[in-house]
Amino acid sequence: MALSTAEVETDESVHSTFASRYVRTTLPRFKMAEHSIPKEAAYQIINDELMLDGNPRLNLASFVTTWMEPECDKLIMSSINKNYVDMDEYPVTTELQNRCVNMIARLFNAPLGDSEAAMGVGTVGSSEAIMLAGLAFKRKWQNKRRAAGLPTDSPNIVTGANVQVCWEKFARYFEVELKEVKLREGYYVMDPAKAVEMVDENTICVAAILGSTLNGEFEDVKTLNDLLAEKNKETGWDTPIHVDAASGGFIAPFLYPELEWDFRLPLVKSINVSGHKYGLVYAGIGWVIWRNKEDLPDELIFHINYLGADQPTFTLNFSKGSSQVIAQYYQLIRLGLEGYRHVMENCMENMRVLKEGLEKTGRIEIVSKDVGVPLVAFSLKDNSSHDEFEIADLLRRYGWIVPAYTMPADAQHVTVLRVVIREDFSRTLAERLVNDIQKVLHDLDMLPSKMKAKMEMAGEDADRTLFGSKKTEMETQREVTTLWKKFVMERKNKSSGVC
Amino acid sequence: MVLSKMSSQSDVSVHSTFASRYVRESLPRYRMPETSIPKDAAFQIINDELMLDGRPRLNLASFVTTWMEPECDKLIMDSLNKNYVDMDEYPVTTELQNRCVNMIAHLFNAPLGDSEAAVGVGTVGSSEAIMLAGLAFKRKWQNKRKALGLPTDNPNIVTGANVQVCWEKFARYFEVELKEVKLTEGYYVMDPEKAVEMVDENTICVAAILGSTLNGEFEDVKKLNDLLTEKNRATGWDTPIHVDAASGGFIAPFLWPDLEWDFRLPLVKSINVSGHKYGLVYAGVGWAIWRSKDDLPDELIFHINYLGADQPTFTLNFSKGSSQIIAQYYQLIRLGHEGYRNVMENCHENAMFLKEGLEKTGRFEIVSKEIGVPLVAFSLKDNSQHDEFQIAEMLRTYGWIVPAYTMPADAQHITVLRVVIREDFSRTLAERLVLDVSKVLHELDTLPVRLHGKVAVVEGESAAAEAVIAGEGRSGAVNGTFLKKTEIETQREIMIYWKNFVANKKKLKNNKNTIC
Repeated sequence: MALSTAEVETDESVHSTFASRYVRTTLPRFKMAEHSIPKEAAYQIINDELMLDGNPRLNLASFVTTWMEPECDKLIMSSINKNYVDMDEYPVTTELQNRCVNMIARLFNAPLGDSEAAMGVGTVGSSEAIMLAGLAFKRKWQNKRRAAGLPTDSPNIVTGANVQVCWEKFARYFEVELKEVKLREGYYVMDPAKAVEMVDENTICVAAILGSTLNGEFEDVKTLNDLLAEKNKETGWDTPIHVDAASGGFIAPFLYPELEWDFRLPLVKSINVSGHKYGLVYAGIGWVIWRNKEDLPDELIFHINYLGADQPTFTLNFSKGSSQVIAQYYQLIRLGLEGYRHVMENCMENMRVLKEGLEKTGRIEIVSKDVGVPLVAFSLKDNSSHDEFEIADLLRRYGWIVPAYTMPADAQHVTVLRVVIREDFSRTLAERLVNDIQKVLHDLDMLPSKMKAKMEMAGEDADRTLFGSKKTEMETQREVTTLWKKFVMERKNKSSGVC
Repeated sequence: MVLSKMSSQSDVSVHSTFASRYVRESLPRYRMPETSIPKDAAFQIINDELMLDGRPRLNLASFVTTWMEPECDKLIMDSLNKNYVDMDEYPVTTELQNRCVNMIAHLFNAPLGDSEAAVGVGTVGSSEAIMLAGLAFKRKWQNKRKALGLPTDNPNIVTGANVQVCWEKFARYFEVELKEVKLTEGYYVMDPEKAVEMVDENTICVAAILGSTLNGEFEDVKKLNDLLTEKNRATGWDTPIHVDAASGGFIAPFLWPDLEWDFRLPLVKSINVSGHKYGLVYAGVGWAIWRSKDDLPDELIFHINYLGADQPTFTLNFSKGSSQIIAQYYQLIRLGHEGYRNVMENCHENAMFLKEGLEKTGRFEIVSKEIGVPLVAFSLKDNSQHDEFQIAEMLRTYGWIVPAYTMPADAQHITVLRVVIREDFSRTLAERLVLDVSKVLHELDTLPVRLHGKVAVVEGESAAAEAVIAGEGRSGAVNGTFLKKTEIETQREIMIYWKNFVANKKKLKNNKNTIC
């Protein structure tokens, strides 16, 4: 093949990679180089640069799975060259997807007969799943309105302000208005009563979250269902519910099987879940399940004759890898209900260990609830001298990536740190983290002058902050923090292109 | 961890997998099983069932890459657990994406300064890339119309009927009308003149394809640009062009660098290309490149504070693996211009060889052109006795997957077989394929009875049909010309009936599966 020509041309291939000239030249960044380089050099150069990325398993910011069994890795590698969408060429892979859909639908108590095929599809993640579900709602609503001779130009969707960004994307890209129920201090999820109040004739659905990104809390879908059922009875609008169970979908059925949040509630018409979060698969897979055929308008499904056979398709993406679908099936049969239950129980235990360790320091207030996604969201009881962003920064030095962020409207003054407990976060690591956080708090206590220096930088009067009222000090602190954050962000932004 | 409990509970783990009870039980299909099973059993069971899938490298239907160097496989494995979207946690991976965007933008001659950052993004495939590009056009057009106080409720897009399904998806999901330029027999791409004729004030863009799915042909983007420029001057509508270079984007710059199809043409505002086709990466990566910042409305870009840092994002997907992006960067620096050129030249060579081999049989008409994606699309000169679908079925028994399909409107009566030449389709395989195709033709020639048998089942009405059933229609024609014509018409009807029968059988098979 072509590549063998390069080897004959030069004796470079004889040199060990680090002895060759390839590690002396600058890697191309803007334009492709004219010549090829040996594959070992290409591998080594890229591998080395990637050493400077964060360690995925120490990335406590992410819900997304970072470890799988070697047997599964093997299956993943062998299917990496299979294009999932070629249903005719890879019928077994397609069948595995169907089995996953059926299993997950029944996990969510979809009203199905024993061998009735469920309605659902595998996606690249919850973003795609949510867009598909939203599209289905929008189209159903449009059809209903047109049949009644009513206008269809102003669809809206009701959610909490705590929604993940993909809902905002859906709203913006598919031209649906987003009506957000604002949060408030101490209540960081969507209030069902307020949500139902906001519903009007143009509402295509109400979206509830099972496992809020911010603090892992499960929204009360049952109350929402009951209140909305009442309103529907009065108005006749028939507004449905969608549950964004991206995180919670693989937790609630195992830890809280009595909690009614899924298809057991009649108004819930579709659910999405991320296979790559607590579905325990690497990044790149999500699932969307519909209650039944009627909830997915047929006109959205394409039947195509792409590579010689009829293929029904309702996804945004077309070609993609098959590995994650196969990995999801592996996990479902490998673990079974028992295995998933054990994993989730372990996560909750470790979460408790971390939570108690943090509470013992006396300096920390826990913001997350006990029932929800296994994570610990916490703030400093007193962030006047040092704030949560500093803690996050110092933890990085110990190797941990723990994000700090502000709550959305109307609780923007609250900053939290969040540690997500994944399957591979063992008790040992939890204990180590508590240790390191204590060290960080200690380190910060030794640095009172740091904040003062920043305040001078921000042009504030040092005397005033030392002797002024606590309230003013808080305001100043906040401004300084914001300035400092902005400074850091700008530096970061300069190195990235768009997206 | 929890899984160690299983090992001590039972002695089943001592058995070798095929000695254990796990291979005796039926695998769950509809419900999750109650208990766990050992990981070796899980691996073996799934691995074995997957043996019945087609072999990716013999799947000659697909453009998507099926082979990469082991060094790259290693990089892919190591980055499987990196969620690409965590830009703050994985800055190097993010940087690699940016480098790819820049390199590809320069490959497409984007008008950029030496160290000016290109505007573009990595996607999961060309479908996502096209939806993003379409969204950008739609929003720009809406803004322009709103500024003029004109209605924005009827956007449309002009393409050829040969477009890949993702354009139809974009149109349907994003509520844009699709105005398709119909094909004609012998002309299987979008006619630039007809396209420009269809453009009106509601057209958000005209989409040209570089590398039509059907026969690999490159559309004449330059002509489209020139004609559209004239029309824009006359109307003042400023209609832009998008080039769907899903296949062709990594071929044209290396084999035909003088062909003007990219940003060298002023009306081309965005281009998409599949990294997983001739970008030589496994399935799961595409690229959308815009000419300049102005072509991507800022209001579509989200700045979010997701895991503690500001992340600008303009994609439909959020979390996804990082492996393919890293693999794309690997290929770009590993091969360079020289390497890609060599690969494409090899593919082209092998395509020409296959074409000649097929022509030599004397039974095929080549439908694909020499300039285009390296593939060979061919039909039978005479498909009265046996048709292309039969050839496809018989080739399967030799191990090859070669699809047969009908052209879209208005050339639905044309059926083609298509072999895509990928990087890993060597000359040896090409020779073998020619050999096997000849064998298949030979076998089919010895099977005249099959079709007639079906005739008896299907058509009993017309006299011509009866003559055929009697076995006389073909050889001793009573009224040669007249009978022959009717015979052919009948044959075609029968063939269509039979095709539908097979297609329905397949549909029934498909309906057993859940949607998608």
